[in-house]
Amino acid sequence: MDKENQTEKNSKTTNKNLYSIVFIGSAFIVLFAVMISYICVFSFSNKQEMMDNSYNTHQALLKKQNSRGSIYSSDGKILARTVKDDKGEEVREYPYEKVFAHIVGFSSHGRSGIEDMANYYLINSNISINSKANAYENEEKFPGDSLYTTLDTRLQETAYEALSAHKGAVIVSNVKTGEILAMVSKPDFDPNNLDKEWVSMTTDEDNTQLLNRATQGLYPPGSTFKIVTALEYFRENGDNYKNYHFSCNGRFTYEGNTINCFHGESHGSVDFPLSFAKSCNSSFANMAITLDRNSFNSTLSGLMFGSELPWDMNHKKSSAICNEGLSDNDIMQLGIGQGKTTVTPLHMHLITSAIANGGSLVKPRVMDRVVSDEGKVIKSFYEDETKQLITSEEAEFLRDLMHEVVEKGTASKLKGLSYTAAGKTGSAEFKDSTSDSHAWFTGFAPYEDPEIAVTIIVENAGSGGEFAVPIAKRIFDKYFS
Amino acid sequence: MGILDFYLSEIAKYVIGGCILAYTFFSFLVFVYKGEKRRGWIYGFQTAFLFLTQFACFIQIIAKTGSKRYLLLLAIQTLVILTTISLYKMIYPDGNRLIIHNMCFMLMVGMLVITRVSYWKGIKQFMIASVSIVIALLIPEIIFRLEILEKMGYVFAAAGLILLTVLLVYGTVTNGSKINFRIAGISFMPTEVVKLFFVFFAASVLSMKTNFKNVAICSVLAAAHVIILVLLKDLGSALIYFVVYMCILLVATGNPLYFISGFAFGGLASVVAYKLFPHIQVRVAAFINPWADIETGGYQIAQSLFAISGGGLFGLGLYGGNPTSIPYVEEDFIFAAISEELGIIFACCLLAICISTFVMVLREAYKIKNDFGRLLCLGFGVTYIFQVFLTAGGNSKFIPLTGVTLPLVSYGGTSVLVSIVMFAFIEGECLVRSDERYQDYLEKKKEAAYRNKAVNNGQRKSD
Repeated sequence: MDKENQTEKNSKTTNKNLYSIVFIGSAFIVLFAVMISYICVFSFSNKQEMMDNSYNTHQALLKKQNSRGSIYSSDGKILARTVKDDKGEEVREYPYEKVFAHIVGFSSHGRSGIEDMANYYLINSNISINSKANAYENEEKFPGDSLYTTLDTRLQETAYEALSAHKGAVIVSNVKTGEILAMVSKPDFDPNNLDKEWVSMTTDEDNTQLLNRATQGLYPPGSTFKIVTALEYFRENGDNYKNYHFSCNGRFTYEGNTINCFHGESHGSVDFPLSFAKSCNSSFANMAITLDRNSFNSTLSGLMFGSELPWDMNHKKSSAICNEGLSDNDIMQLGIGQGKTTVTPLHMHLITSAIANGGSLVKPRVMDRVVSDEGKVIKSFYEDETKQLITSEEAEFLRDLMHEVVEKGTASKLKGLSYTAAGKTGSAEFKDSTSDSHAWFTGFAPYEDPEIAVTIIVENAGSGGEFAVPIAKRIFDKYFS
Repeated sequence: MGILDFYLSEIAKYVIGGCILAYTFFSFLVFVYKGEKRRGWIYGFQTAFLFLTQFACFIQIIAKTGSKRYLLLLAIQTLVILTTISLYKMIYPDGNRLIIHNMCFMLMVGMLVITRVSYWKGIKQFMIASVSIVIALLIPEIIFRLEILEKMGYVFAAAGLILLTVLLVYGTVTNGSKINFRIAGISFMPTEVVKLFFVFFAASVLSMKTNFKNVAICSVLAAAHVIILVLLKDLGSALIYFVVYMCILLVATGNPLYFISGFAFGGLASVVAYKLFPHIQVRVAAFINPWADIETGGYQIAQSLFAISGGGLFGLGLYGGNPTSIPYVEEDFIFAAISEELGIIFACCLLAICISTFVMVLREAYKIKNDFGRLLCLGFGVTYIFQVFLTAGGNSKFIPLTGVTLPLVSYGGTSVLVSIVMFAFIEGECLVRSDERYQDYLEKKKEAAYRNKAVNNGQRKSD
């Protein structure tokens, strides 16, 4: 009797107990399944980033095993490669010396430029096991994978020479694919002599040779910013801009604040396109005071002011502020790209590229493909990331305005050539005295079906039309020759 | 190292990956077939792939280092594992072979990786493991014979609590949370041993009565263990004790309310602990963003992540990586070292093998009729798998780091001994279960005979 009770009691509890065991088992199986998936996904999706971390000792392992791969231009020229010096030690060689200094960068004394961005690919080797075995037998390192860039040596050299001894920057890119064709910054340095020059370069504060001015230099945009002001005016007034007229006598005064045209030149009676083409400061100051501050502000943030640019290397954020509290003087200054407004050449370039490409910005890239030493393509980069910066209607409006600049305005040096260019000049004053100005040009060609965009800044040179436009002309000439 | 060695070590990578995949496959195929007898051929394949994996690993080591001393080590280790497998089969034909095989596999991998990190530590580990196996051979017989263990719950609780209290008072604190005890020159970790006592205590007390009063007393005693461990800064162990107790409680009572309220209380307690102890805050901060303060709090976990991601699918090969860049790699970060040199596939398969062991232990727990036996199996099973979870999850930043060793694989004599003993106890419960079946069978037979007799008698009477 007693025993029967016992077994009955046991069997009662048993069912619940057994369910609990099944529950515990399933819970751990699910937990492990999630953990295993997490481990796989996490380690593969973050592999490259982790490999580039300076605390990762695998870098040293790979360095011992593989020799760093080469960097090529799009036309197959070597931009950087690893060679052995007299003592048989590996050194990095840059055949173009200073020409590609900033964009290609360096891999000793830290890393910069493409050498940094493509580090993961360059230190890995994807040759076949047979080639590895051969290298092993000959006591050689495995050759690292090579990177083909989008850079074009002809355009890079042209831009480099055209900028001559001036400080400044040049960016050239394909507006349809986002490929960077050239990027020059001056003053420059020779990456082959980094060991010798490192101390003097890093201690010299004035020259800042290591700074890539194309992406990290912050400049007052000057009249190139009128592209933005014109866009905002068009957004607020639509086709009414055709009725706009202004009579310029070289200056514009509003409630005690005065804006002068460049060198006090008076432009006479101008309509909207001509104000833009002649870069009439008075007329744009006159427009600026009519603009809605909130609306202007959202246009600015839409054009990526104050935010990160779609660019994978180091760059600075541009700044243009327009809020409710902005004084009349400040909005007049903003309208002509002076005052506190600063931009990077890259930012101006991206806005121009978007205008040339029907309003849609293709994310710029400088890496094209990674190729193993045996010629096998390991990875191809193509940019599918596009962003509609402005509408196609707005892009067409601005394109026509920029064409007028060439036809009737400040960039007339580009007129009457085998191709039709369009663009906007700028002469950005950066000191309180009016004599010093940076020369800007940002534009594209051909006007009918834009292919390339060019942005140039020449520090402390004078007017954009005089100093920046000729550089653009040399680059366009080279491209279309 | 010649060209042949180069090929050997490269090809070995893929052979190792293939072998462990096959082994893992068979360790799950086991569940398709019921009864150990029908699984015989699977176990045959398993053993074969176990030795193939070991062989390929040693080939890789020898090809890479060119050192002959590993050849002898391979021979001895193979012999020991082979002996273990056959001895268990001979002495305990009713035991579960999957658990023994998986145990040997983990031991084999552990000795391999520890040897790679530090040759003499590997030898030491191998000797401790060998001695443990011999000791463990007796355990199934002990638990089978000594039914009195079932009733000694409070004795175990007292022993465990006393040991922990002594530790709290006299223990030497190293590395913040690692507690060592030195007796006669041999250092051992009491918290590992207390783990055994704790499971015995909980299984015994909760198998006797599950009324509220008994559960309350038992829970207070269990909480006392956990609190002392937290005070000892051994968070990993505290967490293990807690989860093991909750699982035993759930199965013993079959009452989800205890389980849910227990976890709610545990959650609350961990929030309080987080606020109180700065070293927990450091761990959590390192978990949330190991890159932020890589110099200090995040260094270990960052190096561990570099190792796991650096290995790729098939790993860099033994002696091809840099596992010593992780501090305490052979204890707390052995999982990362395995991923780095043997690959993600290998590491994930290892986790799957742990799950296979765990499921088999639960199946035994499921089938056994003796309440104490069931809870003991379950307790040890959860102790094992939760420890694996904490260390693998901690290494891979899936959960915050707790500084727990990977049982049977990590370096540490006490840890290996306790893990092997745990599995021996489980084997003992397998014996109990098959004996239950045998007794049932006998009883049925007796009953049938009795009935037959009665029928015969009746027939005779009616004759």
